[in-house]
Amino acid sequence: MSVSQAVVVDKPPPLARGWPRARIVGYSLVGVWMLFGLGIVAYLIYAWNPEFFARYAPAYLQGLGTTLSLVSISMVLGAIFSLPVAYGRMSRNRILSGLAYCYVYFFRGTPLLVQTYLVYYGVGSFRPELETVGLWWFFREAFYCGVFAFSLNTAAYQAEILRGAIESVPRGQWEGAASLGLHTLQTLRKVVLPQAIIVALRPYGNELILMIKASAIVAIITVYDLMGNAKLAYAKSFDIQAYIWVAIVYLVMVEILRHGVEWIERRITIHLHR
Amino acid sequence: MPAQSIWTLLSWGPDGWSDDIASGVLVTIVLALATLPIGLTIGFFVAFAKQHEEPSLRLAANIYTTVFRGLPELVTLFLFFFGMPLLLQYVVRLFNPNATIDVNSFIAGMIVLSLIFSSYASEVFLSAFRAIPKGQYEGGYAIGLSKWQTMRLIILPQLIRIAFPGLENCWLSLLKDTSLVSVVNLAETLRQSGVAARVTKHAFLFYSVAALIFLALAILSSIGTSYILRYIGRREAR
Repeated sequence: MSVSQAVVVDKPPPLARGWPRARIVGYSLVGVWMLFGLGIVAYLIYAWNPEFFARYAPAYLQGLGTTLSLVSISMVLGAIFSLPVAYGRMSRNRILSGLAYCYVYFFRGTPLLVQTYLVYYGVGSFRPELETVGLWWFFREAFYCGVFAFSLNTAAYQAEILRGAIESVPRGQWEGAASLGLHTLQTLRKVVLPQAIIVALRPYGNELILMIKASAIVAIITVYDLMGNAKLAYAKSFDIQAYIWVAIVYLVMVEILRHGVEWIERRITIHLHR
Repeated sequence: MPAQSIWTLLSWGPDGWSDDIASGVLVTIVLALATLPIGLTIGFFVAFAKQHEEPSLRLAANIYTTVFRGLPELVTLFLFFFGMPLLLQYVVRLFNPNATIDVNSFIAGMIVLSLIFSSYASEVFLSAFRAIPKGQYEGGYAIGLSKWQTMRLIILPQLIRIAFPGLENCWLSLLKDTSLVSVVNLAETLRQSGVAARVTKHAFLFYSVAALIFLALAILSSIGTSYILRYIGRREAR
């Protein structure tokens, strides 16, 4: 009997492109989404009302401006205020780090809606005292109260982002810079921050998106932002398309930001890809 | 009205508001606990679909998370609360022309919170799925387990352990998001505190109470999760 039989190994047959269960489920789910999307488009066409559009589109645009300015002012103020908080969190001083920890814990542990109420209705209820101090003009305006609450809230989150990013840079980088004779500020600016920004970019982007989404709640304290105008339009017209339009605007805004952040991240990590 | 001391206002009984706020806290906790299993289940299946080799399943799951993570929670809530009755009414009127539909704000809140929670939880589950090496599946199939058995007996126990810290964060934000349902008149913590604040004109006091309650719930759940984590860790060590 010959031992040397030529072993012919066939390639495995190509996978059958049949209709396994997963594909049936997947196609039907995509179908459901398409039906849903078509349904909304069909509804918007069916309910198309030039009068509604002419009446509320300018208000929506104005609301969009209010939302964007609220978010950008709060983000910038929060970024500034997050610096001392992050410093306190990283400090070796017990009292300082304890205070910063409590601040962060409070603002991250309670709902933003409660914080906004606390500022607008809570602080606003001390009217005589505020008038004597001369701060009543500030706490009288719902928009300023919104900015105040949002800045404090985002400062807590941004402080944590900043701390995480700075601590992600290895200690050796600090020591190396110190041995080269750079002082702390120079080290921070030239060595640590360029590395920390790469880590912090995505969380910062997420925080911005979260702020845009959260900014809808200022509508409840009577600020006419995007959501506030949608509420007004719905209250006047009882037309659900008021909310559908606003949902589309928010969704587009968030998607643009998300892809923008991804694009920037690709750009600034270009030296890490090989 | 004679000025009442804040201790009277915070007492339990007809003069105080503690009992009203406590009932609100109960509603908050029940709402969050009722949402949790639904959201976890949907989140798991969405993550399962997202890492499936079938592209259409992935597409459907990605649309789901894009939509519900992109929409502000409040917009989703209002769309459901005001839009769902219209839709249901339209469907029901085909059969019974005189029917009217009202959506319970608890149910609406539960549905919306499950949608939001599940879209965030699915991201956590997805990264946990990616952390499990392929060999685990192959090992399961090699000893003759079916796909479902492999999932249940081999993948799921590891998945839960990996996903747990992320899910804890999702739970904390769920707890905070329940306060949004107060906007559609569900008598939960924030709503009850708001009523107390309006009636007694002590807004700062009662909103601080609401904030402290949410803080206490967060602290309680982190104590709870550390117990669960220790339990999971012990199981692993054995």
